[in-house]
Amino acid sequence: MWPLIGIAVVILGFALRLNPLLVVMAAALASGVGAGLDVLAVIAAFGKAFNSNRYVSAPWIILPVIGLLERAGLRERARDVVGGIAAATTGRLLLVYLMLRQATSAVGLTAIAGHAQTVRPLVAPMAEAAAVRADPELDEVGRQKVRAMAAATDNIGMFFGEDIFLAVASILLIKGFLEANGIIVAPLQLSVWAIPTAVFALLIHGFRLLRMDRRK
Amino acid sequence: MIGLGFLYTIAGVLFAAWSLLTLRDASHPRRWGSAAFWGLISVSFLAGDWLGDLGNGVLVLVLVGLAGTGQVARGNPPTSSAPEREASAISRGNRLFLPALLVPVTALVGTLGFGYLNFDGAPLVDPKQVTLVSLGLGVVIAIVVVMRWLRPPALAPLHEGRRLVEAIGWAILLPQMLASLGAVFALAGVGSIIGGIAGNAIPQGSPFLAVLAFTLGMAGFTMIMGNAFAAFPVMMAAVGLPVLVIGLGGNPAIVAAIGMLAGFCGTLMTPMAANFNIVPAMLLELDDRNAVIKAQVATALPLLAINTLLIWGLAFR
Repeated sequence: MWPLIGIAVVILGFALRLNPLLVVMAAALASGVGAGLDVLAVIAAFGKAFNSNRYVSAPWIILPVIGLLERAGLRERARDVVGGIAAATTGRLLLVYLMLRQATSAVGLTAIAGHAQTVRPLVAPMAEAAAVRADPELDEVGRQKVRAMAAATDNIGMFFGEDIFLAVASILLIKGFLEANGIIVAPLQLSVWAIPTAVFALLIHGFRLLRMDRRK
Repeated sequence: MIGLGFLYTIAGVLFAAWSLLTLRDASHPRRWGSAAFWGLISVSFLAGDWLGDLGNGVLVLVLVGLAGTGQVARGNPPTSSAPEREASAISRGNRLFLPALLVPVTALVGTLGFGYLNFDGAPLVDPKQVTLVSLGLGVVIAIVVVMRWLRPPALAPLHEGRRLVEAIGWAILLPQMLASLGAVFALAGVGSIIGGIAGNAIPQGSPFLAVLAFTLGMAGFTMIMGNAFAAFPVMMAAVGLPVLVIGLGGNPAIVAAIGMLAGFCGTLMTPMAANFNIVPAMLLELDDRNAVIKAQVATALPLLAINTLLIWGLAFR
């Protein structure tokens, strides 16, 4: 049971709002030592994994592009476009984005959108502009809620779209796991069963988005 | 063959530039600590393969120490003023959206097309890394196009990149740190212990309760690990296969596919999925680190219930 102490460290650390990087490092040390490894071995194992997971942080090279376009007024332009379309309410805008994100993810195009590429420069300012137009008194707390919902919509659209695509990592993982246990399934047999959940995700989250327009 | 090395070189050079610009920013509130933080990330990208496992581990410890003691802060990189942006938005209009599309379009074309390019019989681009390499190529193309069109100062891409990377701050490393934590958890045998507990906790005789234990286990363990991919093999081996598929005769494709989606519901509710939940909160400058999670819970919980009902209703027909 001792290796589980890392999980306790994670839960406690996040609950106490300590710096998450510290929490993660402490959890790794606690679990590793709990499993009987010595401290240096845990640090080396963590370093090895950190080095082989550099690809996780590599996509940040996109930041100069986004920054340059923001410098030239991309966010202001996104806001102005919404200002010109009376029908573009916050809820409807985010609903359209949800459907686009689900549809493009379902054909394997998860990389064409994301928090840095589309949410910060385009979707969040558009949703915020529509919210401010509907309620000019909207305070900073309300604006932040709209921005948070824009990020949430990106996640939900991608998560419940991507598994419809045959070659996505999770489908390949499932196929590999079942194969290793002697069950042969075609990727298509798996990905069709992602469709019902995708439809419900659209209904539930879409309903919540449209309700944002009514609540004042 | 062009592979991750190409991407890591770009990233390493960028972080080195951000480190140097931070050093030169005399008004920066945490000049030395922040420069060291970005500089060490650059070292990791450029020289990580030569540092050895313990060397990389020590590098991580220093990075964590800098972040944990509040040494990573925002400076004041030069950028355009609000009136300048308004004027540029009006005069350039919708053409501003076009360069933003260059990166995704290049990523798409590269992902589909690089497979056909060969050099001396070997593939030009590492087939496993086409998407990331295409992303890097798209970034380079977009920067060249934007620089030639808008003619900002020569250092603008670096200053603007630094403005954004400072907005995200230490959280930029959290996804990579969590992936590494997953590796240490695996080494320590956390997954098999959790699987054993879950396997023993299955109520006998009721397919519905067994399905519920499986989907709650998927969501819960995903919340702990921050990643449904880590939870899936554990929960499938402990509950999905032995109880639902072999014991109750459930359809393995349905149990596995929808079980994974139950895990995704967990991803929406945990700070451990930093890429999706914490980093965007920083990127959108939200005061509450957990604001994105809070916006997602009311979608994730009903969807988890529906996934449970879907497996129960569809897998045992």
